[in-house]
Amino acid sequence: MDRVLILGGGVGGTLTANLLARKLRSRIDRGQVDITLVDAMGAHVYQPGFMYIAMGGEREERLARPERSLLDAPVNLVVDTVVRVDDGARTVVLASGAVLPYDYLVLSTGCRILPQMIEHFEEEAEHFYTATAALKLRRALDEFKGGKVVVGIASMPYKCPPAPLEVAFLIESELRERGLREKSEVHFCSPIGRAFTIESVSEMATPIFEQKGIELHTFFNVDAIDPERKAVLSLEGEELPYDLLVLVPPHKGQQFLMDSGLAPAPGGWLPTDRNTLRVGGRPNVFALGDATDLPLSKAGSTAHFEAPVVVEGIVSAIEGREPAGRHAAYEGRVMCFFEVGDGKGTLLRFDYEHPPKPPKPNALWHLGKIVFNKTYFHTVPRGRV
Amino acid sequence: MTAVLEAKPAITRTVDARGSYCPGPLMELIRAIRESVVGDVITVLSSDKGSRIDIPKWIEKAGHRLVSLETLDGYDQIVVEKAR
Repeated sequence: MDRVLILGGGVGGTLTANLLARKLRSRIDRGQVDITLVDAMGAHVYQPGFMYIAMGGEREERLARPERSLLDAPVNLVVDTVVRVDDGARTVVLASGAVLPYDYLVLSTGCRILPQMIEHFEEEAEHFYTATAALKLRRALDEFKGGKVVVGIASMPYKCPPAPLEVAFLIESELRERGLREKSEVHFCSPIGRAFTIESVSEMATPIFEQKGIELHTFFNVDAIDPERKAVLSLEGEELPYDLLVLVPPHKGQQFLMDSGLAPAPGGWLPTDRNTLRVGGRPNVFALGDATDLPLSKAGSTAHFEAPVVVEGIVSAIEGREPAGRHAAYEGRVMCFFEVGDGKGTLLRFDYEHPPKPPKPNALWHLGKIVFNKTYFHTVPRGRV
Repeated sequence: MTAVLEAKPAITRTVDARGSYCPGPLMELIRAIRESVVGDVITVLSSDKGSRIDIPKWIEKAGHRLVSLETLDGYDQIVVEKAR
């Protein structure tokens, strides 16, 4: 029997499991293939919705579904926490003590956010990378009566690269709507030499910062937060006072991947082949989504387009052939919406060879993002788009 | 392109960021700078073409010293001294 073990019930893991179940259905029915997915929570959470808890009236309970409800019937679900992968023995050890053997392993383990890596982050800064944090940011915005707003990125890489820019744009719009703009300053801090990692997106976003009067600070790598003086200090020697500080927290890969020797410290990102999505040259271990070290957006969209390639890699190996067809190799395809405030958005669509050419922001792309958010649970994890 | 600014001091640490794309090499250098002490000399190897522009700009803004920047076989070697 070929045992496929998938770690993580996010976009990548869930979609991979469902597509595998469909492609291998007859082998599963004959008892030749087993597909098992392990998830720590047993729930599938639509993380892009967190930003809308802070900025768009979204509610936490609408952003999660039981993982079982999204998985095709032939996929086994184990709700447990992974402790270690023993790649030599081809087993995964769980917190309950269970040991799951595998022939093919899919690592769709996402990433961790670690605000605690920056002293005073948790008491001084807001963020929107969990539902709880996003709600806290919403309350801080409700109480905000004008002053200095600083939006920044503590370190790279992080999930959903457009998100901090979107939040800066949306906060600026909200302050105008609430009549607080003239009593406020909005600052945006980027760790690199421009507003966004991809040059064409930076060229699109920079004039929007200017038009909205948001001050852009480049090469601003957060070094410390001074709670006494209410200032955020950069490694480059700049200092920005704040009344409301919104920071993307530091991100890392899962600790057990480092402990298992699959991902190097300190980042914990899996060394992943950019085309085959195999990990560290292993023929039977694949990674997708946020967990990889690929130079791409850590976003659900990335996992969405990677999943069919992982599936083709596994199915072809089980069928004893080479990967073939349009999913034989991953070409770096990513597509995501980008809010710019005032009910407008744009679309970033790119791959390894073709940088994005974002269309002029308009109401349609904003609406597209809202519709996508509302229909997500019926489409992406089930493999319908 | 070769732009040796002055004689190279002893290298304290080498960050091999070849194969990593923007902003990976810069982020690797920043991590190395955070972990170093004043006077340490760090060499960054980068195959990303943007590094030869971005990294010297960052070094200038951050107040460190660009010791040298050389283009070798398919990659750039950038040497920086932590100055503060």
